[in-house]
Amino acid sequence: MVYLDAASTEPLHSAAREALLAALDSGWADPARLYGPARRAQMLLEQARADVAEVLGARPDEVAFTSSGTQAVHLGVLGTLNGRRRTGRHLVAGAVEHSSVLHTAEVHEHEGGTVRIVGVGRTGRVDAEAFAEAVSVPGTALACLQTANHEVGTLQPVDEVAAACQEAGVPLLVDAAQSVGRLPLPRGWSVLTASAHKWGGPAGVGVLAVRKGTRWRSPYPQDERERRRVPGFENVPAIVAAAAALRARVAEEEAEGPRLSALVNRIRTEVPRLVPDVEVVGDPLQRLPHIVTFSCLYVEGEALLAELDRAGFAVSSGSSCTASTLRPSHVLEAMGVLTHGNVRVSLPRGVSEGDVDRFLAVLPDIVRRIRASLGVH
Amino acid sequence: MWRRRSGAGKSEPEEQWSEPRAEAREPAALTIDALGRKCPIPIIMLADQINQVPMGAVVEVLADDPAAVTDIPAWCRLKSHAHVGSVEIPQGGWSIQVRRNY
Repeated sequence: MVYLDAASTEPLHSAAREALLAALDSGWADPARLYGPARRAQMLLEQARADVAEVLGARPDEVAFTSSGTQAVHLGVLGTLNGRRRTGRHLVAGAVEHSSVLHTAEVHEHEGGTVRIVGVGRTGRVDAEAFAEAVSVPGTALACLQTANHEVGTLQPVDEVAAACQEAGVPLLVDAAQSVGRLPLPRGWSVLTASAHKWGGPAGVGVLAVRKGTRWRSPYPQDERERRRVPGFENVPAIVAAAAALRARVAEEEAEGPRLSALVNRIRTEVPRLVPDVEVVGDPLQRLPHIVTFSCLYVEGEALLAELDRAGFAVSSGSSCTASTLRPSHVLEAMGVLTHGNVRVSLPRGVSEGDVDRFLAVLPDIVRRIRASLGVH
Repeated sequence: MWRRRSGAGKSEPEEQWSEPRAEAREPAALTIDALGRKCPIPIIMLADQINQVPMGAVVEVLADDPAAVTDIPAWCRLKSHAHVGSVEIPQGGWSIQVRRNY
């Protein structure tokens, strides 16, 4: 099986595996206690925090570990809205944010808050000017923007939006899930969220960073863990492994990022050449190094995934027939691009050139056969 | 989750979604009933039949797969036909109008 779905989850980095096994032995005790094994666990936890903080451009005491990227988003959005309740209850977010952001916005609206969703252009990039205008509305408590889109790879204008937020005095939550460990991070965030399994760490570790001076109040009952930001006993071994994966990933990225990006370029160029009636979506240049998405006219996404799976390729799709909701991806909808016959290819670390070549070799005939089965020739 | 209903900012891709405007509706030269059919079938039906109407005439596709609302305008853009507009229909679903350009 050739795994081309790194944007869903990156396979565990070898550095994370080693660190995890070691920390299961040395970091199991309660880091909040005062005996030897507890102090050892606390030391490991704080070292991991310092390492992750350095990569994020944060102070260690601004960084808390959550149980997932989604939980980090929920806490980041709800906690900041809570902390800013006296300022107002207006929330601004991009139209192609991760569903965890949009579902939280839905809850906020349900509870009497107001929400403005800022649209995107054809490439999936949010309109920075419209976003700036939206955050200047009095009573805006929080704005949310991802660093890059998880389905089409397009980078968002975070620096411009951060400047506008600063001018308006509005905190900006940046969902960096797809870019941590892969691209330099923007500096202008008030709250930043990420997820370790996207960079090669284990599942079950998210990151919530809240800049000093940002008002934040937990939406949960009081709990002493993680500086009262995240409830529950920390998974120290997994956090240690997540930090080890991130260190390793950042060290490799200078070589691996451009290599993956060149392979993505090859897919972007070759797919429309090899397969008729294909639309490659997302920004061709301002994009993540590892994600490429395209849609094939007259092809059912589900059939395409099944055939690719049979041929030994793991990819994902934003087509409605592949979604549990039977709705097409809100990202593709907001961009106004084809939603059927959609394939997202996302390259994991270490994927070989030969794997990409083989994918490009099998794709045209698979598409042709599915079209023929629907009477399209 | 937020869908097209609240995305009507100025950066919305043009013609992605048109509010019902009586004056913009034209009598269709051909109506394709794709109700109950899943994408990509409504688009395959449209591609198959659009050449049955004269140049400049309007084809109307009735569809209830939400994907069609995005995909038919996208097909028009890719195939250089014109998306005239989309309106909801009383029986559920949408009427999506396309003008044959060539």
